[in-house]
Amino acid sequence: MITLTINGAGHQIDADPDTPLLYVLRDELALNGAKFGCGLGQCGACTVLIDDKPAFSCLAPIAALGNRKIRTIEGLGTSEKPGVVPEAFETEQAAQCGYCIAGMIMRTQALLERNNRPTEAELRQHLAPNLCRCGTHMRILRAARRAAAAMGGGVQESGT
Amino acid sequence: MSGVSRRALLGASGLVVSFALTRSPAAQEVNADRLPGDLDKYPFLDSWIRIDPDGRITVFTGKAELGQGLKTALMQIAADELCVSPAAIDLVTADTVRTPDEGVTAGSHSMQDSGTAILNASANVRLLLTEAAAWRLVTSSDQIELRDGTAYGPTGQSVTYGELAAAYSSLHVAAKPGVPRREKGLRLIGENVPRVDIPAKLSGGAAYVQDMRLPGMLHARVVRGPSDGTQLKAADFEAAARLPGIEKVVRVGRFTAVLATKEWHAIKAMRHLQAAGWERPGPALPSEDLRRAIRGLPARDVPIFRYAGLPTPSGAKTVRATYSRPALMHGSIGPSCAVAQWNDGGVTVWTHTQGVEPLRRSLADLLRLSPDKVRCIHVEGSGCYGHNGADDVAADAALAARAVPGRPVRLQWMREQEHGWEPLGSAMVVELEGALGNDGRIVGWRHEVWSNAHNGRPVSGGGLLAGLEVDPPFPAQMPKPIPMPEGGGDRNANPLYAIPNASGLYHFVEQAPVRVSALRSLGAHMNVFAIESFMDELAQAARSDPVDFRLVHLEDERAREAIQTAANRFGWARRTKGGDGRGCGFAFARYKNLGAYCAIALEISIDRDSGAIDVRRVVAAVDSGEAINPDGIRNQVEGAIVQSLSWTTREAVGFDTPHRTSFDWSAYPILRFPAVPATVEVHVIDRSGAPFLGTGEAGQGPMGAALANAIADALGHRLRDMPLAPDRIKAMF
Repeated sequence: MITLTINGAGHQIDADPDTPLLYVLRDELALNGAKFGCGLGQCGACTVLIDDKPAFSCLAPIAALGNRKIRTIEGLGTSEKPGVVPEAFETEQAAQCGYCIAGMIMRTQALLERNNRPTEAELRQHLAPNLCRCGTHMRILRAARRAAAAMGGGVQESGT
Repeated sequence: MSGVSRRALLGASGLVVSFALTRSPAAQEVNADRLPGDLDKYPFLDSWIRIDPDGRITVFTGKAELGQGLKTALMQIAADELCVSPAAIDLVTADTVRTPDEGVTAGSHSMQDSGTAILNASANVRLLLTEAAAWRLVTSSDQIELRDGTAYGPTGQSVTYGELAAAYSSLHVAAKPGVPRREKGLRLIGENVPRVDIPAKLSGGAAYVQDMRLPGMLHARVVRGPSDGTQLKAADFEAAARLPGIEKVVRVGRFTAVLATKEWHAIKAMRHLQAAGWERPGPALPSEDLRRAIRGLPARDVPIFRYAGLPTPSGAKTVRATYSRPALMHGSIGPSCAVAQWNDGGVTVWTHTQGVEPLRRSLADLLRLSPDKVRCIHVEGSGCYGHNGADDVAADAALAARAVPGRPVRLQWMREQEHGWEPLGSAMVVELEGALGNDGRIVGWRHEVWSNAHNGRPVSGGGLLAGLEVDPPFPAQMPKPIPMPEGGGDRNANPLYAIPNASGLYHFVEQAPVRVSALRSLGAHMNVFAIESFMDELAQAARSDPVDFRLVHLEDERAREAIQTAANRFGWARRTKGGDGRGCGFAFARYKNLGAYCAIALEISIDRDSGAIDVRRVVAAVDSGEAINPDGIRNQVEGAIVQSLSWTTREAVGFDTPHRTSFDWSAYPILRFPAVPATVEVHVIDRSGAPFLGTGEAGQGPMGAALANAIADALGHRLRDMPLAPDRIKAMF
């Protein structure tokens, strides 16, 4: 048994130590937010926060996590009471198929918690690890700007 | 002669269809004797709408939500006509037991086929409710007001829809043609109603087939070689079956799947079996570029169009150009997935296929069942953009689950399986020749296009990967060209411009070196790229402004308005002259010459050192007919612009002779955030009351061509072969 701290609660996990966190979140804990996209750390669909930093849950074996603080989109709120970042995505209708969106939200969350006044270039660079195939990028950027403003900051023009 | 009357389309069987058909806005107006949209195929109202005694309204569609906002738009239509809020409606999407057979959700057809059917069915139901309420409340129909699920009479007496439904029981009556739409009251149509599927997607709700967890469910992986055309070498299947957590190794002929309680165990067993290696039993892939290879293969020549006119005069200036596209990938972010469960000798499959009914028939063929023993229920997956692995994985799950009757099996492909096995969008080549008269108008035009098929969707066991692996294997499906006016490789090869002395020829290459099928917009991306690049080349030869040159050759008023809207909103006339790495580009098309009109203007700058394109501003105008949800249209067109930017500037599926080498996102890079445009504006031209034209595929072609035109404007040289990649741009400086 391995103990993981997820969204503030401890969980006893019965899984092989080399199991990537993603499968534990999805299959053992029924958390849908993190998605399997590539298993290679190339697309960001599985992004969660580990100690407040964005991480590819598809690459993180649970044995390596110790008591690090894991956060998923389920920890940001519910559809009735969304957190600031998911609410901004809702307001901007920033999804098409939406498969990438939980990962986008988690990566945005990580940036804005650390710096709610990024430049536009910093925002785009920060989101670069996450892929969207529907082409919802413009809306995701709008949502991130809206969330930054709602958190008391704002995204600064950077002449991109 | 006017554009409409002189134009004729050539079908495969000769001159058959007048151009009036291609110019008419939507199928529902073609024949007054027919009911609108798919209501003609399913005329009974209860195929589309049910009202329960408790007042709940259920609406049925055979189309599927693919992330394009279909559910929300259809709910808006029904709610608007039935005078209720969208929340009062339950929408049931594609399910072979519950919904009408509306074929595949493809070709930007959902609003025309299903939206139109639901609109007219709802108007019929509203009429029935009104008449029943008038009888019940002893008044006349014109005194009845419907509001939020209740019918009110003139003195405030009322009866609910549920009471009316309970008393008059059945909507099993045929729709009447020509029932007028509602005129009074608040309207939902045309409003930016928020998407009903988005909240769950933003909060970790169960939103996808990938999220299904049924009691007793097993996780499965299919085991194959690395790509289309390869197969696994003999492996130690018994050793794999003894690996930790493995419930079963299923083998049916060459088809192999591993089943486990835990997903990670299934993945490890799959890797174990893959270590046996692979081989390519069939002929090697061409060592040359697929585009050249396809041009060298035998082709069936299909005439596309022929417009009469005087022969090109001897003094005319002739321009020729050849354009091409490599094979492209759908590249869904979530690998394909399905859940299957066998009970009582039949199987239920939860699938993100675009066509539950064709999939059902194909699975029944594969599994040797009668179709009524197969149920396919659509559940959303990752965006597909055409025929990806969705159908194949449904067959994989159904075969795997057959070994464990009663137990649900969830099978998801790995990333390299989606990249390696999905059917590709065909490589294509277009040759264009045009002639300019002394007045600067086009006096001759010839379009030739070479392509593999654009429709390999399954209609039999042989249309599914597993069908080629079972013993005995099913014969592989032979592709056929899709006839005009929609077309496949020749889609949008017929320019909307009024050009005399013009012809088009489709060299349909049946033999496909690689697996191909429908990728969003089919041949339109390539043909519009070529035609709209060529229009700029001709405009340059005629010393004409690209926008003016298009307008001079266009008679279609809606096309002209789309172009003028994009040009005006962009400030085309005031743009800075191109050069020194900065340029502007313009392009236009009407999708299939039947669907939405889309014009795009954009501005780029090019980095001299890297050749990278910085897209500074994109302005689009789109006319999709009546706009049910304008923000939904904007979302689709924004997506088309960004997706086409990726296709056109950086994508090409790679091969060596034994296999496909684009096995992941490092070997098939797509657009990432730092390269997306600085701004994208989409202006929706709403045609209230006009037929729906669909939106999803309108922007890909114009965006590709606008980029090529902007590069030519910026550098004074033109790139005609996609991808318009930085190394090739840099070489032009």
